[in-house]
Amino acid sequence: MDLENQRRVKELAEKYGAENMVVIIGGAEAESAGLAAETVTAGDPTFAGPLAGVPLGLKVYHAVEEEFKESVDADVYEDQIGMMLMVLEVEDIVSEVKAMRDEYTKF
Amino acid sequence: MSIFNENSKVMIIGDRDGIPGPAMEECIKTTPAEIVFSATECFV
Repeated sequence: MDLENQRRVKELAEKYGAENMVVIIGGAEAESAGLAAETVTAGDPTFAGPLAGVPLGLKVYHAVEEEFKESVDADVYEDQIGMMLMVLEVEDIVSEVKAMRDEYTKF
Repeated sequence: MSIFNENSKVMIIGDRDGIPGPAMEECIKTTPAEIVFSATECFV
């Protein structure tokens, strides 16, 4: 996750309380999605950004996950995201992001 | 069970080659949650 976005995530978690935050990611690759999920839960694994050593433990979901799909309007989801479900490696993405959430999310 | 409630503050980290921020924004607007940040990253 780029450094500017890390800084915003950290600031907003401090402002609103980490327990209220939900991060929704849309990474195209399982690896980049997993890294983004790791960054907002366990801290920046590359130790380059503001979240290095800062385990915020935020709730994080990828837009292709069932939990997100079931939480929003079905027609809008189909219009906005449906097409990408056919293009992305959904299973791999879900497995990476869920693994991070199960291990590091505190809320 | 919904992952969002009226206290939820949502941060969106979209990806130009995956799901872009605005697509996720439209979905979240159908929930009680508040979007506090939305960005679309570009990995090139």
